[in-house]
Amino acid sequence: MNLTLAQSLTQTHDEMPSLREVFDTVTLQSGFNTNAVIVAASLLGIAGGIIGAFALLRKRSLTADALSHATLPGITSAFLIASAMGLNARSLPILLLGATISGILGVLCIHLILAYTRLREDAAIGIVLSVFFGIGVVLLSVIQSTATSSAAGLNHFIYGQTAAMLTGDAILMGSIALIAIVIAILAMKEITIVCFNESFARVTGIPAGLIDGLILALIVLVTVSGLQAVGLILIVAMLIIPPAAARFWTDRVRMLIILSALIGALSGFVGASVSALLPRKPAGAVIVLCAGSIFIISMLAAPARGVIAQLIRHAKLKLRIAIDHTLESKYEYPEHHPRTTFSLRVLLRLKGFTQSLSPSSALSQSGLARGRRVRRNHMLWEQYLVSCADIAPSHVDWSVDQVEHILDDDLIARLESEIRASGLDLQEISP
Amino acid sequence: MTLLQTQPPNQPRSTLDARPEHSADNPLSVHAMTVAYHRKPVLWDVDYDAPPGSLVAIVGPNGAGKSTFIKACLGLIPAAAGTVEFWGKPYKHARAKIGYVPQRETVDWDFPVSALDVVCMGLYRKIGWFKPIRKAHKAAAMESLDRMGLADYANRQIAQLSGGQQQRVFLARALVQNADLYFMDEPFAGVDAATEAAIIEVLRELRSQGKTVIVVHHDLQTVPTYFDHAMLLNMRIVAAGPVSEIFTDENLNKTYGGRLTLLAEASEAVARAQQGQPQSSNK
Repeated sequence: MNLTLAQSLTQTHDEMPSLREVFDTVTLQSGFNTNAVIVAASLLGIAGGIIGAFALLRKRSLTADALSHATLPGITSAFLIASAMGLNARSLPILLLGATISGILGVLCIHLILAYTRLREDAAIGIVLSVFFGIGVVLLSVIQSTATSSAAGLNHFIYGQTAAMLTGDAILMGSIALIAIVIAILAMKEITIVCFNESFARVTGIPAGLIDGLILALIVLVTVSGLQAVGLILIVAMLIIPPAAARFWTDRVRMLIILSALIGALSGFVGASVSALLPRKPAGAVIVLCAGSIFIISMLAAPARGVIAQLIRHAKLKLRIAIDHTLESKYEYPEHHPRTTFSLRVLLRLKGFTQSLSPSSALSQSGLARGRRVRRNHMLWEQYLVSCADIAPSHVDWSVDQVEHILDDDLIARLESEIRASGLDLQEISP
Repeated sequence: MTLLQTQPPNQPRSTLDARPEHSADNPLSVHAMTVAYHRKPVLWDVDYDAPPGSLVAIVGPNGAGKSTFIKACLGLIPAAAGTVEFWGKPYKHARAKIGYVPQRETVDWDFPVSALDVVCMGLYRKIGWFKPIRKAHKAAAMESLDRMGLADYANRQIAQLSGGQQQRVFLARALVQNADLYFMDEPFAGVDAATEAAIIEVLRELRSQGKTVIVVHHDLQTVPTYFDHAMLLNMRIVAAGPVSEIFTDENLNKTYGGRLTLLAEASEAVARAQQGQPQSSNK
């Protein structure tokens, strides 16, 4: 009945939603069923974000992918067995029990392959993922060709049907999110130490196997309970994307887990809302796309680890090297004028290193000082490579050209002492 | 059935107590330890007693089983045969008195933790399950970092540290464990001179407190200056004892020379046989 209600909702607006509808949806005022879906999706996002952070830290994200694909034969087998026994084959608990069993079986197969062959983990995961999924698809076609239309619902486990989530699902997602939060608070340090340095953890007496089992159990829990909503192909996105996006913003485990939960919740919330407003769009995919958008924004815009920040740092370094090169050559050969671009000359002038914008402009006082310093660093490093590091003079130049620009005061002091220790006179090196 | 079971199972195991040099005071006693990786034996029948209050270097060529020895002692990899005791007790009952510095390359240094977080890990056992890290713990970790000259780097993410600094973080973590016996896996590998000096200073301090440190070491030249005892290892123990006695050209030749080809070939043969491959006949 609720399903038909959700579908009738879809018929009402197929065009762009009005602002009013948008406002009602995001403030949870557009009907009980839509609310249940949005709340459940957000809670699933929290659970997936936290548990996914554990999986990411343990470098087990792909295990979750294999696990979710491996649930399909369990779902279909459970359906077949339940119909054969005369039970209600569409009962969700029975189907999810089957999903859990075959999911865990899939993970066990990965471990068996790793233990008894020399295959690497990526190959083992790929094999298990595809073979289990293949079995599931074959069984699904068997069910569809023999059983009545009552089997049609099984398709939803592959792509998900968020709109079918009910209050009970919201409560289930809420409980899992709560479990994940409690475990994150209680066992943060045990999980962290096992993920960072398993051997040390074991020597310290922390049972790494138990912690791994706990993480795996949590992955199973969130995967299986999210199957119906997001579908087994995309559920892994709820585990991988939020922590991967969060990692761009933070360098600490605690903050990673908090941000990952928030990103997961936001994706669930926005994704479910959008799909409620544009009902022909499958909510699972929209949720994943929201998470993906947050990931892309994080990847580009995060302050320290983001791509834009890195590009800016590289550009700054390149610019500094260009400035240094020009100053050094102008200092060393005042009559010779190195080829410079106009923008570089503007920059040199703005920084007060040159006296005019002309290519043949002489250096200012500060420009001379800087040029002298760069020249000296250059000579110091050259001397060090030749006299202390046993590098032939002919091989020195290519490395010198880069290093001289990044030498800080500490390194220069150490260079000087090394060169002094090797019996050379530093006075000779002054340019 | 296989070469791994060097002794028939029904023969009573000669106990550690039967050995004259063995004493329950020894922080570490290893008896008849054989270890295999992927069914290929890498350590054969190792007997070793570490004297209390000494710095011990484990020396040997690549693939000699140095790290394997440490890991097998600590139960990180299973030994195919043999016994390991710490002060006469099995590992489980001695854990609180044992510290460990793993090889630096074995961890992901991009992991989102600070230097202080890593050092605090040395206290997790003391803190206990599910209990939070308190200010006193952080203070102890800070003190240890300070001792390694890293107080200013406590809140840096560990990827922002140099290799030597990372190694010192590991040392600091071992120090807060406040153990009586330390295992260190190549702490001097790829570190700068300042770090090497800092580590050796710590080692000497530990020895002066009566503690024993067992170190996998690569640089033969520094063994006599840094260590009192040494264990020359190449799949088996070539020699073990005070550096002044065993660090002879003859022993070093035995350890690094080509005389062990037979043992290495036997290992290969065992591995091949276990994998069901035919014996190579052209040798």
